[in-house]
Amino acid sequence: MVPLLGAFLASVLGWYRAKLAYTVTLASVGFSLAASVTVLVDVLRNGDVQYRLGGWAPPIGIEVAIDPLSAFVAVVVTAVALIVLVPSRQLMANELPAGGGGPYASVVLLLMAGLTGIIITGDLFNLFVFLEIASLAAYALVAVGGGKATVSGFRYLILGTIGGSFYLLGVGLIYFMTGTLNMADAARLLPEVQNTTTIVAAVVLITTGLGLKMALFPLHQWLPDAYAYAPSAVSALIAPIVTKVYAYALIRMYLSVFPPSYITDVLPISTVLVILGMTGIVFGSVMAFAQQDIRRMLAYSSISQLAFIALGIGLANSLALIGAVLHIMNHAVMKACLFLAVGSIRRQAGTASIPQLAGLGRRMPLTMGAFTVGALSMIGVPPSSGFFSKWYLIQGGIDASNWAAVAVILISSLLTAVYFFKVLEKIYFGIPEHSQNEAVNEAPAILVIPTWVFAIAMVALGVVNAFVVSGILDKAIGPNWGI
Amino acid sequence: MPYTSWIPFAAVAVPFLVTVPIVLSSRRPNLRETWTIAAAFATVGLVVSMLPGVLDGNIPELKLFQISPAIPFTLRADPLGLFFALISSSLWLLTSFYSIGYMRGHHEHKQTRYYASFAITMAAAVGLAFSANLLTFLIFFEIMTFATYPLVIHRETPEAIAGGRKYLAYTMVGGLALLGATAWTYSLVGTLDFRPGGILTLDIPAAQHWGLFLLFCLGVGVKAGVMPFHSWLPTAMVAPTPVSALLHAVAVVKAGVFGFLRVIGFVFGTSVLLDSGAWQVLAILASITIVVGSLLALGQDHLKRRLAYSTISHLSYIVLGAALLGTTAWMGAVLHLAAHAIMKITLFFCAGAINVKTHRTLVSEMDGVGRQMPITMGAFALASIGMAGLPPIIGFTSKWHLALGVTEAGYPIFMAFLLISGLLNMAYLFPIVYRAFMIRSPHFTRFDEASWFMVIPLALTGIFSLVLGIVPNVPLQLFRLAATIAASVTGGGG
Amino acid sequence: MFDDFLARYAYWLTTVLMVIGLYGMLGKRNLMKKLIGMNIFQSAIILFFIAGSVKEGATVPIIQGGHHEAIDVAAYANPLPHVLMLTAIVVSVAITGVALAFLIAMYKRHGSLEEPTILGDMQ
Repeated sequence: MVPLLGAFLASVLGWYRAKLAYTVTLASVGFSLAASVTVLVDVLRNGDVQYRLGGWAPPIGIEVAIDPLSAFVAVVVTAVALIVLVPSRQLMANELPAGGGGPYASVVLLLMAGLTGIIITGDLFNLFVFLEIASLAAYALVAVGGGKATVSGFRYLILGTIGGSFYLLGVGLIYFMTGTLNMADAARLLPEVQNTTTIVAAVVLITTGLGLKMALFPLHQWLPDAYAYAPSAVSALIAPIVTKVYAYALIRMYLSVFPPSYITDVLPISTVLVILGMTGIVFGSVMAFAQQDIRRMLAYSSISQLAFIALGIGLANSLALIGAVLHIMNHAVMKACLFLAVGSIRRQAGTASIPQLAGLGRRMPLTMGAFTVGALSMIGVPPSSGFFSKWYLIQGGIDASNWAAVAVILISSLLTAVYFFKVLEKIYFGIPEHSQNEAVNEAPAILVIPTWVFAIAMVALGVVNAFVVSGILDKAIGPNWGI
Repeated sequence: MPYTSWIPFAAVAVPFLVTVPIVLSSRRPNLRETWTIAAAFATVGLVVSMLPGVLDGNIPELKLFQISPAIPFTLRADPLGLFFALISSSLWLLTSFYSIGYMRGHHEHKQTRYYASFAITMAAAVGLAFSANLLTFLIFFEIMTFATYPLVIHRETPEAIAGGRKYLAYTMVGGLALLGATAWTYSLVGTLDFRPGGILTLDIPAAQHWGLFLLFCLGVGVKAGVMPFHSWLPTAMVAPTPVSALLHAVAVVKAGVFGFLRVIGFVFGTSVLLDSGAWQVLAILASITIVVGSLLALGQDHLKRRLAYSTISHLSYIVLGAALLGTTAWMGAVLHLAAHAIMKITLFFCAGAINVKTHRTLVSEMDGVGRQMPITMGAFALASIGMAGLPPIIGFTSKWHLALGVTEAGYPIFMAFLLISGLLNMAYLFPIVYRAFMIRSPHFTRFDEASWFMVIPLALTGIFSLVLGIVPNVPLQLFRLAATIAASVTGGGG
Repeated sequence: MFDDFLARYAYWLTTVLMVIGLYGMLGKRNLMKKLIGMNIFQSAIILFFIAGSVKEGATVPIIQGGHHEAIDVAAYANPLPHVLMLTAIVVSVAITGVALAFLIAMYKRHGSLEEPTILGDMQ
């Protein structure tokens, strides 16, 4: 446990040294990753880890609790962040006036501190604080782009704050009913009071709040603008991990705070999540098809993929939840790859508009190759990782006898293929107007290599998914969760 | 007895890995094509090396790793798989030679991409053949879908891209249906292993049984071109001819048909299907496809499109044979898998050779072409006779067993379909032969064949179809293999 | 009924404040007003927590004279919600600060804080 906390402290320390910002950032995120991996191995071998901040015993003191699920998500988040950060300097330098780099690095550290905090905390209020730290950093990062980005950053801030406040309100209600803020303690006490209106309100508020943060349809309005106008390095960082961590927070709530029967029996939350998920999947895909800017397209595709995760949570059985958590990992890797590729395109070709990408397949074969792998994985072509999360989600849908959900998951692959092939056809077979892209060259190695690391990771994670599932997720979720 | 062996894996890995040297040597065409051919030879060698053992009942098998908890990624060369792998790998070898002649004759662009995609498609085909469970099968099935896409759109004309889009739309729907069906099967019986006699049991509720069967039919039926899911196939004819030859004789459509064989014989099992009567739906669909496909073929003037419709019709012969569930019918179906592959690849090779040499694509332009290209048209004539099911070509052997199987199943109505379609086959293929040889044309006066790279493969396949028709057991013991498969699936004496 | 209503006046008040704040955030076109709405909303939540921890006749939870005698819990207010709200205030101040920085940047660029004007400017 201690190393992870150390990493968190290191990241806060690094904040003060703007000059060495990038180096410090990379080092501390790298350290954080190493710590997460150590903790993951430890948790898998020896069971859950608890650490009491300041030595106070829970429920009074704040507790850090790590189980296989949180350790797994921590590894995913820190690993993806680390790889994205490697080329971020080049991307930022290209899109921002000089001197924009220092604040970027320190805010990234703040973001990472917030995110790892959300993942490891065992305390409801502490989670709120980390939630706001991470969100605050995310608002700032989005707005760094200036111009349109500031406006979308402000919108993100307003909606994100509403989400955070809703969550806080829900936590308050739980506190008044149970007198504790510790997750494990609350889980123990909640069944006694689970049928009161207050707790029902708390569940609804927390779900809405976190739903807003994770851009669950129809609470997604802030997302497309934020992703599209933020600098590439920022969208490559935020798109894969931030919403995923909020999704993790939602899973954490259902998994270890509220009684398991709660979201299925007492309240129709699971049904609502399934319906929203299904609608969101279709809506996101259709909107993605309509976009002319590739970043907006990816943003809507994110909405649709997040709806997958919500659907997996809503189906409320172990298989579907495994699918959802696996999709958190897979989608993080896929989106990081795609947004990095888009970053390279913007850097080399100076555009992100789909009609202007014509012929880039020949000019930037490596970047576009990685983009293609990412697209195929999004569609769910085996043996890429995207296929397997869908595989578990489908099985979960069948287990829950929810045929509509199964059909939507299947159809969504088609819809995803439609919007990605629209881009791929343009990239590879489109005829450029006025030979505009002739002078475009392949991106430098520092951009290409991380993009390909993600592309290869997609296939590798697909191949070893059985290891991930039976080694980590089965332990994290347990065979008999939900109904 | 199954035993562990790396050979099935190697047979998949060789064509897959050869894409690396192919891409690396993209600037040196000779080297690149040497790689392709070396890989093809290696694959054929590996596949053939397993043949004697499999005939004796020693089935090589390799469990690679768990692809999902409780589902291993397993390759197993059972008789049916080996049969399919034999056909596809040996025809790949011939197609590689042919491709060289065709691609150079046409000065096609992006040949590296072409050869690389080709190799991946073949890896997928062999992998498909050796897949020991549905999930492994599905993975190769999807790889094949996406690996053939660059081949279909190879020309990159708007027409080709539209064709590719249609191709992808259809086959993806199929793949997704198969995915759904696979997951469903898994949740019903908890295993996905292919087992002769099937893994589904009789206690499944009828509604689920029918739903699952129809979903499977959609899944593999799209690739197999069973009506009403056939319309991608003629559109995909925009691809270069060797692709059409391979797609239509070996890879994609045969993967669909092979999928039917796997699903009917190894997932459902004949007894379960007989019990529910679901086979009748498939048999009727297949019969309709046989006749309507032939009729549509009759109306096409474009040679390749005519062959495409003929393919649609012939694939359904195989499906029909499998759906009848009898031992003889199965044997006919399996044999027709090989027979149609060899004959159709000959026909497409010929069409491509004519196209390269004379730039003619329409049937009505074929007058007198036999005078200039007698070898090509000779092979074409041989294959045409076989397609119509006349002795002594291999097409006769398979159709004979199909017909016997129909009688055995006790539904003579299907015999009528077979006969009508046989006549239609003659009606749409023989006029081409007639035009080529009997009508004289001032344009074709002297002997001028296409490149030897093209003529030799097509002559070989033409001769094969004759030799196999007379002595089906001789080169590769196909007959014996088919009998083994049929017996194992239906549990009959074969 | 009405007595119930009166007895819980603090909750009703915070609810009203919350709705006002929410309306400000979502309904107003001026970005500054949105921000003010946000602040009202956050204050409402803080008040809600404080109101929830009120005890009749209790005093500040500072225990004098060490731990010798048993503590009468009813005599002291619960300190935890107050502490939490101190943190929440810090969070809300930070968010307000960032939001103000955004507003300044936008005002410099567009010369206005009216949302339609800015959006029109961006097109």
